[in-house]
Amino acid sequence: MQALQDVNLNVPAGQVTAIIGDNGAGKSTLIKSISGIWTPSSGQIFWNGQEVQIHTPHDATRLGIATVYQDLALCDNLDIVENMFLGVEETKFGVLDEIKMELATVRVLKELAVTTVKSVRQKVGSLSGGQRQAVAVAKAAMRDAKLVILDEPTAALGVSQTAQVLGLIKLLASRGVSVIVISHNLTDVFEVADRIAVMYLGTLVSSGPASRYDTASAVEMITTGSSSRFASTSSAAE
Amino acid sequence: MTAGGRNEFAVMLKRFKSGDSGLIPVLIGLVAMVLYFYLKNHVFLEVVNINNLFIQATIFILLSMGEIWLLLLGEIDLSLGYLAGIAAALSAIAVDVQYHWPWFIALPATVLLITLLGLFSGVLVVFLKLPSFIVTLAGLLGYEGVMIFIIDRQNTGGTVAVHGGVLNDLVNAQLTVFATWVLLIVMVGLSSFFLLRSYYNRRKSGLVYRSIYFTIAKIAGLVIGGFVLALVFNSNRGGTFIVQRGMPFAIPIDLAMLLAGTFILTKTRTGRYMYALKPHAALHHPAIGKDRGRCHVTPTVAGEKEAARRAGINVNRYRMLAFAFGGFSAGVAGLLYCSELAGANDSIPGGNFVLYAVAAAVIGGTSLVGGRGKMIHAVIGGLLIAIIYNGMALINMSTATQYIAIAVVLLAAVTVDSLARRGSVPGT
Repeated sequence: MQALQDVNLNVPAGQVTAIIGDNGAGKSTLIKSISGIWTPSSGQIFWNGQEVQIHTPHDATRLGIATVYQDLALCDNLDIVENMFLGVEETKFGVLDEIKMELATVRVLKELAVTTVKSVRQKVGSLSGGQRQAVAVAKAAMRDAKLVILDEPTAALGVSQTAQVLGLIKLLASRGVSVIVISHNLTDVFEVADRIAVMYLGTLVSSGPASRYDTASAVEMITTGSSSRFASTSSAAE
Repeated sequence: MTAGGRNEFAVMLKRFKSGDSGLIPVLIGLVAMVLYFYLKNHVFLEVVNINNLFIQATIFILLSMGEIWLLLLGEIDLSLGYLAGIAAALSAIAVDVQYHWPWFIALPATVLLITLLGLFSGVLVVFLKLPSFIVTLAGLLGYEGVMIFIIDRQNTGGTVAVHGGVLNDLVNAQLTVFATWVLLIVMVGLSSFFLLRSYYNRRKSGLVYRSIYFTIAKIAGLVIGGFVLALVFNSNRGGTFIVQRGMPFAIPIDLAMLLAGTFILTKTRTGRYMYALKPHAALHHPAIGKDRGRCHVTPTVAGEKEAARRAGINVNRYRMLAFAFGGFSAGVAGLLYCSELAGANDSIPGGNFVLYAVAAAVIGGTSLVGGRGKMIHAVIGGLLIAIIYNGMALINMSTATQYIAIAVVLLAAVTVDSLARRGSVPGT
């Protein structure tokens, strides 16, 4: 079975690229192949102009690609610091360096303007949905990621929490990080995206600067794969 | 930046309400139990009985420590009781009954073998993807057979006896009075040093820190505890003619296991991953996550242990390691039990032991579904079970009543724990 074909996506640095598409359009498969969970049977990935091979999540991490999945993959029973450093703990003579990790966590959260958490030593299980999302994004940002992939970052968040998370995404991009956002929510997409890419039945049918799309044309392309109001497959346009 | 003296109580109250009630309820239970038995029979708090109590608790404490490694991951090892039985039998045969190996070869070799048997269960669980309950249930049945086979092969009437030597001395010989004092003073001194150092490091780093009085209270607790233990163990528990003073070697072994386990769990990556490997580790689908207020195990979307796996942690390695640690604890427990009985016999109740070990962990505050537990829970739970056994024997309660009483304590402990957690409110 072929999940993806003819996908040619360009993700510029310091910009937010939104991937939109209906359920089963291949958005998740696409990011899974970028983050090393699936290895595509054919195709090339260029990273800073060089062709790279990404076969495992570890390969992706080494390149500087961090993925924040929809389920966030945080440990409820660990606190924020412990989650931020899970798998990359700082140690001194084999002993966990809690102070160093806590200082780094406090600093990153401050840089990303995440001010709503009371203590970085509270269990993640006690956080709200927006705070969790913020911790997950901060975790990605802390590791000097060059590309952060966010899968449905605003799903089921309240209005103010959504605004917080979108602000966080813009802040990330303004720091020179490339961000890929997968979302169903077109309002959020137009709010935050610099570029938009539309997937339809496993194919990238259109991509380009967000200013060239509007809600109506986006919806049409998501549902039919093309738009009468918009010249299709214009990915080479700039 | 300090949380402030006045707020400390509020912080504690909040922690208590949020289910992080810590050891307070079980310690209250422990003290109540001690008072009850003391009032019923003053012998309970006589030096000789306190000494017995610690020795009786050892098998529960060590097996419970083994079980905590597994419970943290949401696994269980039902075979630990009979693994301890095999350790008891093998060590007796190796140093005394058949081979007369030197103790420094026989005892480590026994513990190593039992560790490998524990690891073997882990290998089956991980690579064949079998539930640990079933794999180790087979171990519970099979290892009893192995234990009986090993002992009966000696043709010594179902008992392999130890007549002196280091294995015998683990429980039946003790440090000198002076060495007992030195050991306790060094331990209290070192712990105080580390407590103070971590307080000052934290304060220096500019992070939020708790009041110095917390550290002082902890140190005071250690000093008092050490002092009381020293007085108890250094009192004469023998008679007028055969004077017996000093701490039995079993106690420093228990302490070493407690400290080593606590160190690994709280200060190393290995320990951190044991907590992270909790099954269903917080994989919140945002839509489900919203309504998580009262739910204990978070519904998962992508599958268990996923957070740890995505963090690049070699999940299988740590799962197998937990089984090996469990086996190690059972091996040490077996040696001490062998010493206590001066040998091993083919009716060691390994099945009961392992259930008491799980009960002790849960009574101490370890969660049965994983993700929450500390080594000290084994000590407190194990002591509590030993107190009930010991106390009820002293006041001549029937075996039937003893079983029922332990059942009530177990239920009470999990109920208190569950109620405390139900009152918890997720922060904002």
